[in-house]
Parts: sequence; structure tokens; C-alpha cells
Amino acid sequence: MSAKQRIIEKIRAARGKQAEPSAPVRAAVERYLAQHPEGPRPRSDWDALARFRERATALSSTVDVIPSVEGVPAAVAGYLKAQQLSLEAVIWPAFKALDWSRGGVAVEARQARGDDLVGITGAFCAVAETGTLMLISGAFTPAAVSLLPETHIAVVPVSRIVKGMEEAWSLLRAECAAMPRAVNFVSGPSRTADIEQTINLGAHGPYRVHIILTASD
Amino acid sequence: MQVRSMHFKAAASQKLADRRLQDALRKTQGKFVAGRAQAILELENFDEIRDAARRIRDRVLEHLDLYLEQFERNATARGAVVHWAENAEEANRIICDIARVHGVKKAAKSKSMVSEECALNDALEAAGVQVVETDLGEYILQLANEPPSHIVAPVVHKSKDEISDLFERHHQRARKESVPDLCREAREVLRPHFLSADMGISGANFIVAETGSTLIVTNEGNGRLCTTMPRVHVAITGIEKVVPTLEDVTTLLRLLPRSATGQSITNYVSVTTGVRAPGEEDGPEHFHIVLVDNGRSRLLGTDFQAMLRCIRCGACMNHCPVYQTIGGHAYGWVYPGPMGSILTPSYVGIENALDLPNASTLCNQCGVVCPVKIPLPELQRKLREKQVERRLRPWTERLALRLWAYAAAQPEIYSLGARLAARMLRRMGGSERLIHRLPPGASGWTQGRDMPAPEGKTFHELYRQRSAGR
Repeated sequence: MSAKQRIIEKIRAARGKQAEPSAPVRAAVERYLAQHPEGPRPRSDWDALARFRERATALSSTVDVIPSVEGVPAAVAGYLKAQQLSLEAVIWPAFKALDWSRGGVAVEARQARGDDLVGITGAFCAVAETGTLMLISGAFTPAAVSLLPETHIAVVPVSRIVKGMEEAWSLLRAECAAMPRAVNFVSGPSRTADIEQTINLGAHGPYRVHIILTASD
Repeated sequence: MQVRSMHFKAAASQKLADRRLQDALRKTQGKFVAGRAQAILELENFDEIRDAARRIRDRVLEHLDLYLEQFERNATARGAVVHWAENAEEANRIICDIARVHGVKKAAKSKSMVSEECALNDALEAAGVQVVETDLGEYILQLANEPPSHIVAPVVHKSKDEISDLFERHHQRARKESVPDLCREAREVLRPHFLSADMGISGANFIVAETGSTLIVTNEGNGRLCTTMPRVHVAITGIEKVVPTLEDVTTLLRLLPRSATGQSITNYVSVTTGVRAPGEEDGPEHFHIVLVDNGRSRLLGTDFQAMLRCIRCGACMNHCPVYQTIGGHAYGWVYPGPMGSILTPSYVGIENALDLPNASTLCNQCGVVCPVKIPLPELQRKLREKQVERRLRPWTERLALRLWAYAAAQPEIYSLGARLAARMLRRMGGSERLIHRLPPGASGWTQGRDMPAPEGKTFHELYRQRSAGR
């Protein structure tokens, strides 16, 4: 008998279910998974954009709203210069077509390396309740670009701000045939409080998260 | 991890006398408590959400076999390999085999309490695999060769100075004094390990039956690095961690970080499903999930089943006056504080941890803050009952209880005894009416305080007197 069988048998014996579970019990479990009902939710009578800005800022992200995606190179350049950061960035392929020459930022669309300083990504959506970005992995959305560099800049259309994590899952189920390999919810720069419970921004991931919201898609 | 819970009393005395530890505990005490108190105010329906969370965990435990099978089916469909381990040795053997098959020389590890249960690092090192802990706290402990003292903040017992010393000695760089400098140095030292490790090891805060995913909540980003960069990812977790759906995870996530660190959400919530897809440039090529029983199934169907609801937030220890006073190491195993006082005897044998359920005033702070409403003091009391039933208490205690039971059933003898005791204690109290030292057997009570002496008359005597005078 395999370890799996032994563990399952122990579980069934403990629950007083010696034999295989009955068909109706199985069906009830499968039905619950298929229906995936929502639990109780906290009050959400706020405006999604205002709430997202407020929560994201509270979690030490910075937020900028610009009219359209064409303005991203200039907005990125403005941010990097103001922060006196490197003007070289690794980007997701989706942003390759933008006119980067105007802002003076040198970009490369490729996988991130350990020594890249700035990473520019999109996001699948953003969650207003907590001020969180939701990123999914894929051939054109490499996960490491938001992780290895010291500065992470995310570009998100305002229309992709959803209320809560529940809406994010619904959107994912509607738009992706299967669960992506990695779904990462990002809420501000990496941090640690391991030394004397003193919060320090910048641990193994980015030191800074800058979110550029584009008002039109 | 080797069990040292049988030495609780000696260890606790030692910790009380440890000036450095007491300083460290005093510095951090209250931060978690205040953080949680503030964070739960964000949820006006906090208690409703706790009830929902409890129901989710109970639903899983009711049909644990079926949810685990669903999880395995969905994880396997995405190219993950699911392993089952009845105990720590089996889990270690499985993971060492995985390392051997994939030619693993180095593993970068994210924090996992189940791996501490198994002493996985020792097993891997013995198999010739270098293991690098990458959570800052766990990394510090690896340098110091110490076990964690808290399940969320493993290095809460160490001062910044001690950490500066450790880094200076091990990194051989100029001594860093400030927290940001220490964190920067750890990042610089650990970054190459993430990039060169063949295997990433993580735990799982939850595993999702609906999608076959494993999920970790982290702040540092090391968990993401461990599950993204190396070509092999191994997730090790307990069989009770399964949660039915993504919506259920969402409900639990509203409680976990708030109860743990006072955050409304952790910096990262990372959900990993299956292996690298065609065309993807990152993510592991091999994904192994090890489901560990190690005593958990034994709790099902018993008085202690509610303990399996636990989502490992650590709120019970943060709020425990005993934990706050002695720290986590004295408890002698992976899980300290109130949750450990149930889990340790349950997993490693009630006879190996006799003091833990007794190291509690039953004040119920832990029960009040538990996000999934585990009645911790009630379970502690049940463990005490079990100790008595199994005759595991010392003979002196059993004799004393038997004498008391005999006297309590004989009103004459009982009231005579009470009268004598009240008079004697009054005399011992002297003019100060304080007893500085109780006789052997009860002397522990007066070690750090005085006992107020009784007035000299028993309740019965006063009652009779007053009703006569009415």
C-alpha cells in the first residue's frame, strides 16, 4: 500500500468513514468547487480609483495617473530622473512599441538579470481594496522583471482596477483558459521586519514600486 | 527537529534569567499586539469573516480525503508531481531523492515550518546538498545555528547587535550597525544564491483544491525568488493546509496577515500552479509538492480536531503572557506558545511535553484573537485531563488530589482542615499580613512575589457568624 493510500485510509478511519465516500458526498464536494461561492466581504462603498491610490500609497508604492499609454516613456523618464535612478530599464515586450527615444530611457525587452536596476511591467489587473497589483506569468509577461530589479514600475489602465480579490479571480477565469503558472499579488516594495521588528523597505525584491495608471486604455 | 519540550521548566527558568533575551522581548513586545488591533479595525465585519473562515476550515477537515484527492488531480494535470509522506523521515527521503534525480548541488529555501518539523536541512546536507535559508530571519538563524523562536518572526529573540556580530564574522565585511545596511548586505550575499541554486524549496500557507495551486504569503520577495529562479521547485506542506477554492483563500487572506503582523495584506501573495509553460522564460521546469501527515491525521475525529483549522498566524503566541515572558525556545519544538502547547504533545507524544499545556493561566487571550476561533484554553484543559487519565502526572500531585477529593466528600473533615489552614496561614503572615515563603511543595508560588495572608476565618465560619447576627 502506498503512503497516499495509508494517509487517506487514516483520514477516513478517523472520520468514521471506513469505505469510499458515497457518490452524493463526492458530488457535493465537486459542486462546491465548481460554484466557488464568495465569503462575506468588508464594506466597499468607496470609489475604486481613489481607494486604490490611497491604499497603494499607504503600502509605500507611489502612484501617478497619466492620460494615455503613449505618455508612459515620458512619465517613466520623469520618475527615474526625479529619483536619480538609472535610465536603463528592462521591459515587457508589450511596451516595446512605445516611443522610448522621447524620454531618454534606454529599454531592452528581455528576461531580467540579477543586476538590472529598473524593470517595467504591466499588470493583469489591480485590486482597489488593498492597493495591490496582480501579475500573471506568461511568454510575454516574464515574472522576474517585477522581482529582480531594485525599482519596479508597473503600467496599469484605470479600467483594470477591480474592487476586490474576488473580482480579480473572476476576471482571471473569464480571460485565461487555465490558471497561469504564477499569479503574484504585489503590494508595495519588498520589506522585512525581521531585525527588531523594525520595518525596512527593500529586502530581496524591489526597493521601490511605482505605479503608472493610464486613464484611457 | 529534536524535541526538547520535556525540559520546559528548566529552559523557561533559564530564559527568565537571560538579560539579553528579556531586553529583546521587551523591545518587540506589544508591536504585534498593537498592529493586529489596528488592522482588524479595517474590517467592520471582522467577526463575520472569522466565522466564515472557521467554516471553510471545518468543511475541509470534514472531507479532507476528497479535497486532497481533488488537489492532487488538479496539480498533476498541470505537470506537478504530488508526493505523500506519513512522517518526517519519509518527507526527507522523498526530497533527497528529488535532489539526487535532478543533480541538485544547491537549494535556496524559503521559510517553512513543516521543513523544520522534518529537520529537512540536515537530511539534505547529509545527502550532499548545500541548503541556503533566504528569509532574512531564517538566514540569521542558519548562521547562528539556532532554531526559530517564533513562527512568523523567527529571530525575534535576537538583538541587532548580535546580528551585526554574526554578519561581520560570517561575511567578513566591514561591520554594519544599521538595520537598512544589514538588510542590504543580506540581499547582496543572498542574491547570487538565488541565481545559482538548482532547487527552490518553499512551504505553502495554503494549497488550493480547485486549481491544484500552492500559495505563499511573504514580505521579502525571497519566496518569489525561490519559486521562480531555480529549475526545480519543491513545496513541502501539511495535509491540513488544503483550502477548497480561490474565493475561500481570499476570505482567509483577509485574516492571516492582519492577525499575524497587522498588515492588511502581505507584500506578496504568490500562487504557483504547475511547471513552466511552453514559451515562458522563467519558472521551474519541475514542480514537486510533498504533502506531510506527521501526526495530523491522528487529530481528526478527536477532541483536538479544531487545532487543524490553524492557519499559522502566530497571534496566539503574540498575545500570550507566558510566551511574552519566556520567548519561543523554551517550548522545545517547532511551534511555541499556545498553538504549540497543543501541537507539540499531539505530534511528538503527550508524555514528551507534559509541561506545555500547563504553562498557561487559561486567560484565553489566545482564544479571543485566533482568526479561526480555535478554543485553545479548552484544548489545553483537555490535554491536562488526558495527562491525569493516563496517569502521567507526578505521584505527589496525584496523592494530593486524592486526599483533597477524600476530604471534599467529608464536610466535617474539610471544614476542620480549612479552619486549621486559615489560622496557620494567618500566623505565617505576621503583622505585615504577607507570606514571604510558602513551605516546600508550594514554594514556587512565593519565589517572585508575596502571598497575601488570609484573615484567619474561613468563608463558612464568616457566613455562619453573619447569618446568626442578622
